[in-house]
Amino acid sequence: MIRNITCVTCPMGCSIAVEINEAGEIISITGNTCKRGETYAANEVTHPARSLATTVRVNGGVYNVVPCKSSDDLPKEKIFDCMKEINSARVDAPVKLGDILIENVCGTGINIIATNHCPAK
Amino acid sequence: MLNYDIVVVGGGPAGMAAAIKAKECGVDSILILERAETLGGILEQCIHTGFGLQYFGEQLSGPEYADRFIEQVNALEIEYKTDTMVLDITEDKTVYAVNKKDGMLEIKAKSVILAMGCRERPRGALNIAGTRASGIMTAGTAQKYVNIDGYMPGKKVVILGSGDIGLIMARRMTLEGAKVECVCELMPYSSGLTRNIVQCLEDFDIPLYLSTTVIDIHGKDRVTGVTIASVDENRKPIPGSERYIECDTLLLSVGLIPENELTKNIGIGLDRVTNGAVVDEYRQTDHEGIFACGNVLHVHDLVDFVTQESQIAGEGAAKYVKGEKSEPEYIFAKGIGAVRYIVPQKINIKNDGDVKLFFRVGSTFKNATVKVSYNGGEIISRKRPRLAPGEMENVTIKNSMLREFSEGGTIEITVEA
Repeated sequence: MIRNITCVTCPMGCSIAVEINEAGEIISITGNTCKRGETYAANEVTHPARSLATTVRVNGGVYNVVPCKSSDDLPKEKIFDCMKEINSARVDAPVKLGDILIENVCGTGINIIATNHCPAK
Repeated sequence: MLNYDIVVVGGGPAGMAAAIKAKECGVDSILILERAETLGGILEQCIHTGFGLQYFGEQLSGPEYADRFIEQVNALEIEYKTDTMVLDITEDKTVYAVNKKDGMLEIKAKSVILAMGCRERPRGALNIAGTRASGIMTAGTAQKYVNIDGYMPGKKVVILGSGDIGLIMARRMTLEGAKVECVCELMPYSSGLTRNIVQCLEDFDIPLYLSTTVIDIHGKDRVTGVTIASVDENRKPIPGSERYIECDTLLLSVGLIPENELTKNIGIGLDRVTNGAVVDEYRQTDHEGIFACGNVLHVHDLVDFVTQESQIAGEGAAKYVKGEKSEPEYIFAKGIGAVRYIVPQKINIKNDGDVKLFFRVGSTFKNATVKVSYNGGEIISRKRPRLAPGEMENVTIKNSMLREFSEGGTIEITVEA
C-alpha cells in the first residue's frame, strides 16, 4: 500500500509517497527532497504526532479560560481523548504562563502547560 | 498636554518591538497607546503554536511570543496606556486619544510610530446575498469568542476563505466539538500555509473546495444553511453547480486590510497594492518623523518578520528624534510582473547599512530566479526553489551597491520561471 504525505517540515511542501507492507513496515520512501522529509514521512506512517493548543477553564480569573499547549507532541489518535480530559478540567486563578495545568494528560506522559497569564478577578 | 519623544500607536507585536528598539537606541521618553485591555495585540487570541521559529528558533504560541515582548516593555520601563483609543493624529504630530481614566488626552510627540495592525474584511466587503441572520462572523471574531471568552459560536460551520486564520479556526472549532462542513476558496489555490492545510484540514477530513464560493445565506434569526457554487476562471458562479449546505455558522476568512484611517487623516500617501503607507528603508512615511510598521504597513504572514520590520522603524524613529538623519537622497523600488509589491518603496542611498527589500509574488513558482536591476542593469540574480503568494520573500541590497546609485534611480525586482 502507498500512503501519500505532504511534508510540512518546511514551506516546500513536498509530496512524499511511503510504500508500506501488510505488517505496516516501510518498504520505500520517495518524493522527498531532503533527509528531514524522509524522517517526517516515516513518523507520519508509523506514529503520527501533533502538538495540541487549546484552552482550560479558569475559576475566579479575569478571563473564563486560559490558553495552553501540550509540552510535547501527542499521539495523533489521542488528540480528541486529550481534548475531553482538558475540557473537563478546572484550574483556579491566578494562572501564570508556564504553569503545569494537567499532568500526564490521558496517560501519555505529556503535560498541559499554560501559555498565558490569567490573573485572579 | 503631555510631551513624549516617541508615541507608538498600537501595543501589538509591531508597536512593542518598535518601542523596545527605540528605547535600546537611547530614547527614554516613549509612550505606547493600546486600544485593547492588554498589550499583545492579536497574538493574545492566536493560541496555536508556530510563532517565533524565525526570530527565537523555537515554536511558541501567540500569547507566549507576545509575553516575551511584554516582559521587555516592563523591564525597560516603557510607559503604556491600555484601553486607550487614538482618535486623531495631526500633521505636527499631536496625538489625540481617549480612555476612561484620563479622559481626553492631547500628546505632543517628536516622532510617531504607526503600528495599528490590520482587520479582517467583513461580510459587507463581499456582497454575499442572503438574509441578515446571526451566525455570520469573521474567523478572527470566532477565534476571540473561543480562545479568550471561552464559548463556542456555533455547531455546524462553513468557512469561506482558506487563509491561515480560516484554516486555524477550522481545526479549533473541530477540536471543541463543532462539525466543520467545508472550507470554500474562491481562488483555484489556497493562500494558507501548506502545513496549515495538512494539519488543520486533512488531519480532520475537512474538505477544501477550491474555485468555490458562497452565493446565498439562508435563515431568519439564525443561519440555517448556505448555498455554495463553483466559479469559472472569471470567478463567476457556474449555473447548475449550486449546492445547499446546512449549517448554523458562516466564518469569513477572506483577507486582511491594514487599518489606516489615522494614517489617511494625517494625509500620508498610501501604496495602492499594500494599502499601507509608502515608506523608506527606516519605514518612515512621506511625513518626516512619522513611521509605520507591522500589518498596518503591509500584511505579513509571519509575526517574526513584523518584529524585525518594527525594530527597523524603532531605530529610525530614535535616529530621527536624536537628529541623526541627514537630508535623504532617494531611489525607488518597483515590482514588475509577478512581483506585486515591494516594501520599502524608496531607499535613501546615503544610508550606511545594507537594505533588505521585502516583496510578495502574485502566483506560485517552482525553481524560479529573482532578478534585481538598477536603472535597467541587472545587479542581483538569486535562485529560489519555491515562491508563493502566501510567503513573503526578501532580497538584500548591499551598502556597497547603494553607494553606486544616484538620486532618483529605480530598482526593479522581477521573477523568471
